[in-house]
Amino acid sequence: MGTIRFEPCTLPPAAEALRAEVREFLTATLGDYSAIERAQSWTGTDADFSRKVGARGWIGMTWPKAYGGHERSALERYVVLEEMLAAGAPVAAHWVADRQSGPLLLRFGTEDQRKRFLPPIIRGESYFCIGMSEPDVGSDLASIRAKAEKTDGGWIVNGTKLWTSKAHYAHFMIALIRTGRDPDDRHAGLSQFLIDMGSSGITVRPIRNLIGEEQFNEVVFEDVFVPDDMLIGAAGAGWSQVTAELALERSGPDRYLSSYRLLVELIREIAKEPTERATIGVGRLVARLATLRQMSISVAGMIEAGASPALEGALVKELGGVFEQDIPRIAHDLIGAAPLAEGGGDFDRVLAYLTQASVAFSLRGGTREILRAIIARGLELR
Amino acid sequence: MNELQIILTETSARLFGEHVTKEVLEAAEKGAWPDDLWAAVEENGLTKPLVPDAQGGAGAGWAEAFVILHAAGSFAAPIPLAETIIAGRLLSLAGIDTPPGPLSVAPVGKAETLRLEAKGGGRIGGAASAVPWGGKVEHVAVLAEKEGELHVALIARDAYIAEGDRNIAGEARDRIIFDDSPVVAAAPAGDGITREAIWLMGALARVAQMAGGIGRILAESVRYANHREQFGRPIARFQAIQHQLAVLASHAAAADMAAESAALALDAGDAAFEIACAKVVTGEAAGLGAAIAHQVHGAIGFTYEHALHFITRRLWSWRAEFGAENAWAERIGRDVAARGADALWSDLTARQAG
Ligand SMILES: Cc1cc2nc3c(=O)[nH]c(=O)nc-3n(C[C@H](O)[C@H](O)[C@H](O)COP(=O)(O)OP(=O)(O)OC[C@H]3O[C@@H](n4cnc5c(N)ncnc54)[C@H](O)[C@@H]3O)c2cc1C
Repeated sequence: MGTIRFEPCTLPPAAEALRAEVREFLTATLGDYSAIERAQSWTGTDADFSRKVGARGWIGMTWPKAYGGHERSALERYVVLEEMLAAGAPVAAHWVADRQSGPLLLRFGTEDQRKRFLPPIIRGESYFCIGMSEPDVGSDLASIRAKAEKTDGGWIVNGTKLWTSKAHYAHFMIALIRTGRDPDDRHAGLSQFLIDMGSSGITVRPIRNLIGEEQFNEVVFEDVFVPDDMLIGAAGAGWSQVTAELALERSGPDRYLSSYRLLVELIREIAKEPTERATIGVGRLVARLATLRQMSISVAGMIEAGASPALEGALVKELGGVFEQDIPRIAHDLIGAAPLAEGGGDFDRVLAYLTQASVAFSLRGGTREILRAIIARGLELR
Repeated sequence: MNELQIILTETSARLFGEHVTKEVLEAAEKGAWPDDLWAAVEENGLTKPLVPDAQGGAGAGWAEAFVILHAAGSFAAPIPLAETIIAGRLLSLAGIDTPPGPLSVAPVGKAETLRLEAKGGGRIGGAASAVPWGGKVEHVAVLAEKEGELHVALIARDAYIAEGDRNIAGEARDRIIFDDSPVVAAAPAGDGITREAIWLMGALARVAQMAGGIGRILAESVRYANHREQFGRPIARFQAIQHQLAVLASHAAAADMAAESAALALDAGDAAFEIACAKVVTGEAAGLGAAIAHQVHGAIGFTYEHALHFITRRLWSWRAEFGAENAWAERIGRDVAARGADALWSDLTARQAG
């Protein structure tokens, strides 16, 4: 069995100094942002906010200065992310680009692509979405059907992407597209493309989720021309690239803090009359929070040391997802407020929101079952 | 891990691997004292990590004690190593020499008080229940009141009565009774030693042992699943088994993280919060992990013949000793509620800032 070790990691003084700056910024910028807005955490979108974050130098923090990055440590970046999430800042506009699209381009993109795409991301002005899932393609990502055919100077893309978060908002999609087929290797023949969402032939149709929000979309490509210089990495190398991208998607504090606002409101609620049962329930959650945070910092430490903690990231997301879903369950058990559509105080409204939203927390970014399969493989189960 | 931690991890694993055999474990459950095991542990300097060099110890910290106890837990070493380590800490902070041989600590019940009397060079009275290894050790280090002040006293085994009991893992948990018993030495408790010092250090020690034990049952379960065949294939191929083991692995990792963080926090200063968190997380992982390990092992794991229970019965015992999950969770919850919702994040980040 492979040993899994989370080395304890302490955030360096530089990172802690940065924390104070971020807090000050968030207090000034978010002002009287409501509890329910904060509960939306990293699905809340605000271009103005993203531009301000970019101006502070908090997007692309670890990227090379040559592309406008700030060459700060992964641990400093960690602090910025967790402060944003704990405050419930509307980070969604730039989140995907900062978390995975930019790093993907740094790793697999051409020099021209980096020069062209990274600086606006870093300024908080260029937003990306993730084009992986399709109508018939969910967990089994290798069965992608959207296809690109070679033409003069580029590719013609046809097909449909589904559940694409913020496609209606993003400037670019990084899409996994079929460019070939090999009957003996189902992971072959996939490629990643940068697709300009303003290209002709793209239709974005919002899909209402069960809360009534329009966060994700259906994106239809009809003979969309994608120039050669928008291919990322090598044609046919998409599978290994997308695997690396998914590891980035799973390794951050966004994977255990999604219900954090409800924990805060729950504490506010029980503090009015702290019964034994309620303090035990909250105490257990806080103990898990503290441990998950240590694990998440440890993952950031591994990234800083140059490792690629894909297994550890999956492990934190597994535990984090259960935690994020336990918070609304336990809040309901302890207080049992009837969720009202309009009325109620902060606690009631945040509970109502996260009771509904949290079902997605073990789906997006790879389902719980897929994560457990990844962990099982890491355990060397035959 | 630092260099000393790595050396201690290797030494402990080698030594426990060699000496904690099934025969030794079975004999210990029948009440036999594992002489060879204890001698090896003592000779290799694993019993006094927290005693300063000048007093004959290793002069290390909880980070190092953690890896020793983690290894002891993963092998179910049937000796009072945790208790000896804690006793050494109490004694050395009070300026009392730590004697050789196995030691225990008392009282471990939160409501119990022992009283030290000034007359005749020091006498002690009172009773302490469920003292780990209380009747098996050569000395016990106690926290006692003397004229309203906290003292540490060392008492030899022949100076107190022990009424035997055991936890479900067969480890002695004795009621010990002092009746005007002479002490070997006594002194005011040292810096940082409060009335709940034994409770905190005991919880930390159990957390380290549990984390080791959970890692062990994970490894055993993975090995067993790869080896055991049903329906013509290793049961590790079944997704239901894979997912259970993935859950066990994630809880094992959380237990390790919580436990080691608490040990490091205690080296840095006050660690009541971290120890509380660790006892909750590790205790939950112990219960859940033991259940999964047994499910994966099938009937063979339910036999006395199979060694799995040497760990799982300890996990069920240890998670309840020095405060079960709910006791610690209530304490965390009470503090958090008193500090107020808006202090949670800043308190947490400040505490974990090192
Ligand atoms: C809020 C939200 C936002 C999203 N945003 C995006 C986005 O921006 N871009 C994007 O590309 N996708 C996005 N997704 C899609 C997401 O990645 C998929 O939902 C996910 O990969 C699962 O696919 P599926 O929904 O088709 O479920 P399916 O794969 O059909 O799975 C259904 C159930 O079967 C289980 N299952 C499937 N295969 C196995 C297996 N081998 N073993 C055991 N169980 C299995 C799954 O775990 C699940 O429980 C988003 C989803 C949500 C909910």
